[in-house]
Amino acid sequence: MASFKPTKIQVYPKLGEKVTQDTLYWKNYKAPVQIKEFGAVTSIDFSPVTPHNFAVTAFTRIHIYGPFSQEPVKSFTRFKDTAYCGRFRSDGQLLVAGCEDSVVRLFDVSGKVALRLFKGHTKAVHLTDFTSDRYQILTGSDDYTCRLWDIPNATELTTYTEHTDYIRCGVTSKLNRDLFITGSYDHTVKLFDARVEKSVITMDHGQPVESVLLYPSEGLLVSAGGRHVKVWDLLKGGQPLVSLKNHHKTVTSLALSSNGQRLLSASLDRHVKVYNTTNYKVVHNFDYAASILSLGLAPDDASIVVGMTNSILSIKHRKNQEDSKEIAGQQRRRPSYRVFVKGKNYVPKQDDYLVSKPVKEHLAKYDKQLQRFNVSKALDTALGTYIRFRKPEITVAVIKELDRRGTLKNALAGRDERGLSQLLNFIIGNLVDARFTPVLVTAAEMILDIYQSVIGQSPVVDRQLLRLQDLVKREIEFQKDLLEVLGMLDTMFASSLPRKESASASAPTVDPFPTCSLNTDS
Amino acid sequence: MVEHGDIRVVHCGGSKINFRDPVITHDSRFLLCASGEAVKVFSTSTEECIHELRGHTGLVTGVLLRPSNHLQVYSSSLDGTLRLWDFTDGILIKTCVIGYPIYSFYASDKHENVIFIVASMPSDKRAERFQLVAVHLPQSGDQMVEAQELSAVLSGVNPNPAAIAFGRGGEFIASVNDLQLEVYFFKKQKSYRFFLKEDNKKGGWNTFTCVACHPKDDCIATGHEDGKIRLWRNFNHKKEYTYSTLHWHHSTVSSLCFTPEGTNLLSGGVESVLVQWRYNQESERDFLPRLGGAITHITVSPDGSLFCTSHSDNKITIIQSCVKVSAVIQGLVKGDSIRTDLMMDPRSKALVLNGKPGHLQFYSLQRDKLLYNLDIVQQEYIHESGLQQFEVVKAAFDASGSWLATVEERHQKAAELELNLKLWAFDEQTQSFVLNTTISAPHDAQITAMCFCQPTDSQTTLLVSTSKDGHFKAWQLAAPAHTEGTDDEGPSWLCDFVSAYHGLVPECCSFSADGSLLAVVFQEVVTVWSPSTWELLTTLSQPPGAVSDLCFGRLSCSKYLLGTTASNLLCWNLLTCSLEWTTSMDVRRLVADPLSENMAAFCYQSGSTDLFVFKPSEPRPLFSHKAVCSGKVTQAVFAPREEMLESCEESSQWLNRSQLYFLTQQMDLMTFTTKAEEDRLLASSKQLVIDDSVAMTPFYLLLGKHRQQQQEHQDSDSSLWAERTALPQTSASMKELLQTPAHVLPSTSYLCSMFVQSLLISVSDAREEKAHAEEEMESEKEEEDSEEEMESSRSKPELAAAAATESDTPALTKAQARELRRVRKLDHSWLAGLLDS
Repeated sequence: MASFKPTKIQVYPKLGEKVTQDTLYWKNYKAPVQIKEFGAVTSIDFSPVTPHNFAVTAFTRIHIYGPFSQEPVKSFTRFKDTAYCGRFRSDGQLLVAGCEDSVVRLFDVSGKVALRLFKGHTKAVHLTDFTSDRYQILTGSDDYTCRLWDIPNATELTTYTEHTDYIRCGVTSKLNRDLFITGSYDHTVKLFDARVEKSVITMDHGQPVESVLLYPSEGLLVSAGGRHVKVWDLLKGGQPLVSLKNHHKTVTSLALSSNGQRLLSASLDRHVKVYNTTNYKVVHNFDYAASILSLGLAPDDASIVVGMTNSILSIKHRKNQEDSKEIAGQQRRRPSYRVFVKGKNYVPKQDDYLVSKPVKEHLAKYDKQLQRFNVSKALDTALGTYIRFRKPEITVAVIKELDRRGTLKNALAGRDERGLSQLLNFIIGNLVDARFTPVLVTAAEMILDIYQSVIGQSPVVDRQLLRLQDLVKREIEFQKDLLEVLGMLDTMFASSLPRKESASASAPTVDPFPTCSLNTDS
Repeated sequence: MVEHGDIRVVHCGGSKINFRDPVITHDSRFLLCASGEAVKVFSTSTEECIHELRGHTGLVTGVLLRPSNHLQVYSSSLDGTLRLWDFTDGILIKTCVIGYPIYSFYASDKHENVIFIVASMPSDKRAERFQLVAVHLPQSGDQMVEAQELSAVLSGVNPNPAAIAFGRGGEFIASVNDLQLEVYFFKKQKSYRFFLKEDNKKGGWNTFTCVACHPKDDCIATGHEDGKIRLWRNFNHKKEYTYSTLHWHHSTVSSLCFTPEGTNLLSGGVESVLVQWRYNQESERDFLPRLGGAITHITVSPDGSLFCTSHSDNKITIIQSCVKVSAVIQGLVKGDSIRTDLMMDPRSKALVLNGKPGHLQFYSLQRDKLLYNLDIVQQEYIHESGLQQFEVVKAAFDASGSWLATVEERHQKAAELELNLKLWAFDEQTQSFVLNTTISAPHDAQITAMCFCQPTDSQTTLLVSTSKDGHFKAWQLAAPAHTEGTDDEGPSWLCDFVSAYHGLVPECCSFSADGSLLAVVFQEVVTVWSPSTWELLTTLSQPPGAVSDLCFGRLSCSKYLLGTTASNLLCWNLLTCSLEWTTSMDVRRLVADPLSENMAAFCYQSGSTDLFVFKPSEPRPLFSHKAVCSGKVTQAVFAPREEMLESCEESSQWLNRSQLYFLTQQMDLMTFTTKAEEDRLLASSKQLVIDDSVAMTPFYLLLGKHRQQQQEHQDSDSSLWAERTALPQTSASMKELLQTPAHVLPSTSYLCSMFVQSLLISVSDAREEKAHAEEEMESEKEEEDSEEEMESSRSKPELAAAAATESDTPALTKAQARELRRVRKLDHSWLAGLLDS
């Protein structure tokens, strides 16, 4: 005696992107928190010490936000003009920022007034950073110079005038107190050593450089400018490693995930792309509402902060593992562990007669109804809200199964207005889906056959039938257009193909709709 | 034309076992069922066929236990004879010639020595009119008797065996036909007829299909075409009869059966559900669903412990009375048509063809046993007539047997064709095929042919399918698209190439032996492609007539390509791209032997099929056989042999490496055997004789082999023919002498001369002796049974001797002189048997 064979649910290939480990990881963020700033957000910097506050530079202010606060915990407003590049020192105590008025200000994070003012630049300062010995400051300005300053007595130590255009980005080495890198609009990225007068390595990016980033090992350097993101090997004297061109507008900001495995780039095209750093393939993509100017990633990827031109700061927090567990626990209380292990390790004695427990077969609800030949109920079950919206392939499979059994007509007949409109809704929603069309057309024809005598009695059903008619009409038009396009393409291909001597064989055509599905369950 | 002396066409296994209802013996150990021209004895516990009772020359139409002796069984046949068998030893005891083809027969306890048969009697009104006839079996001791006493009981009965049943142990007989129930009481010699209206209001048919009578009560159960069961009571009155109706089945009730105590009624039909009704509490029912094909017969063992159902898919299910399946005896399933060709599974060397609906069956030709069914469609089969179901229409194996491709289709009247191409991978662990890829709608129209690329060494497997939509497609095993991370999916099949040729419909395709060429037939044109570049290399054409079958030559003939048209057999040389030779014959099927250059062509000519076996390189056929069978042969296959045959004759050499099987139009599986092979088979079957009624358990096989070896040893020792046959005889009388208690024996001096005399071979005339022996027997008025055994001793001297000694042992205690006389008489009868044979 064979057991009941459940309805075969056709497995359709998933359209769109494949679900990978990365997608799961980067999708595991809560809905973004949006904060309106006073102007375009140009810089975001996370404090290296817990609780990892972050400084947001927007217009004439620098706000410091706590990891979960929606209000700034601190703000520095003593700027005469637009502020740039607010950055924390490695101990998180001091913060430096440049300004449009060419003055560089140093703040105590707990204070309000600037501790030091560094004057000497003649134009706006877009780059400020602390060196790794914590006593010096690197600045880069629109006057083509970059300078090193001593913090304690606020004096200028060195000036480098090698760049021939604005210096808009730069970074200091975390391992060596004398090394720093600057990127400029003259298309070059230069590595400087404070112990010598001149730059050590010069790399040509090809476009105005908007952002540079050093790997934690500091062997690799990433520069962004124009539509390109380029990776350079510093240990080989600045040899270009990879050039990535995945954005279609200027890339403005770069960030590295906490484990160094993924690189993020933000662009004016409103996307943040995540790259795998081993093969530099895009593994994930975030969409935002406006062009992105700045990007920050909290340690452990706990949150992604993005600043945009429309002066909105978007903060995405990572979902907590505990949170998701709690929700699952609320849904279903499972029996305790003891229940499952009970009697599992019992060894039968010699005289025991072993009664094997019959394996209980689990059948879906609609299958149970089909097993009993309750065709209408089976269709009702398959038209339940969850299945109808989330898994239409199940509903379609049940309809197909009923059709195969020759009882679809019985199942469709005898419905009231509500039931019929539900059914029609489903058909209207899925009729033009190429995967379901053959099955649903049959069902729709049967419905028309069965209920044609009662058309006109219910306004709801009539409206839906009109919608259905409209839908079919549009679809037919659509298909006609598509066929026309196909014909045009064919002639184009035929004319472009070199004419062969043996023109007997028609050109091999590629099957337009190979519906393949991989059977995973068996 | 080569003359063939020693090659014969023989039937090859796979006979029907569901033709008539099977019989379970009293001890519930054996199950007997009619199977073609033989009766098969199965063990109910191990499902093995223990032996076959052969002797009938026509289709066996019924098997029935002898009411007076439960170790004997009657069988009836269309050859007009009834035969009585001892089923434990497989011995024919008696043959009774009736003279008319017997369609079914019945017997009951109350009517001793009377058998009721249904036979078609010559009548002047209609050509086919069936009568129930009582046959009084003659009491003579002959082995072959002719029944003269025939008396008609009922006329106009249904030849279906389910339409007649005995009630209350033989007091009355109930027969149904069309809309009429007829009950005949033997005592009163009176019959009552009850009629039903032709059609009731709901449109069901009231036609009777089967009948069963309660063993204790006055109650008749009848089954009807609309699925109703009626229980008739009080039917010994013409007017006051009553009936109640049970309705569960949705279509025809094909079989009904009461349990021996009458507590339950079993019914079955097309739904393949065994329904057990409680007698007098009909609302309580037990069901046993999904037994397989439609139920055709239900029987219950005499002690009521086992039920057994026959199914339309050539299957017998044995069910314990607690409604639990205990054993399944499955024969070769033969549908109406074999849509898939005959194929060989390269791994198991099993014959593969359509089986149960939606299944492929793997049938071992060597063991004549169904290995397993592979569920292709994997859908719940709905048992309803007139429903369009998915059917497996094409299947193909690759050369190593690791891939199987199947096509299933369902064609509804209005809706479009549903097609699925499935690819199955062989799983080493489970030793069966596991579904790998399902391709729904691989083509827009029906698939006409499918073949795998042959070479075993190549890494990539290629499948080509041709379809009526004018395209052929190549499918290739492709690695999963994404490289990284979480791929639990293995490689799957993808479409690699699609092509067409002038919009013509491709009919068949074939790969060359090395896989370097693909030939696709587009009606009249054969196109040759290179599978590596998908380039059209050349076209071959020989109008008129579309090419219907295509075959590449093998081994030394691999440069030839053979095709068949409706009137010609064509052979192209691929090196010159020209026609090598052609002969005009209507080839229906062309098969290539995978192990040699040989090809077999089945030609249809004036109502029968001829076979030609040839090599493409030689114009002279190796072997030809006129009129292999009547009708067309469209399915044939070469099956490789397990061990090579050593035949030196030229005409039979083509059978050395492989064997040719084919299906006739009547769906009979036939094969060709040589004489040498037959002799060998016969010799091996003699050794396999099972001497006892021991079930074929593994334990038995273990010990039985040992015993067989001993027997063989003994046999080889006794080389002289006379000595060998004489030995058992002497030993029997010796045993008799030794077994008899000493105190009842006469004195040794008196015995000695007699004993020695008995050992001597008599020189007197055998016929005289025979007559003398019979006279004596009759004068002594022995029991009929033992007499019969004496009769059978003529043909089987050894066994009869043993039987006779058994029956004689008690008699010896009475009178010594009489006993000794009988010893002498026994010897003579044995001698007569020897001379006769």
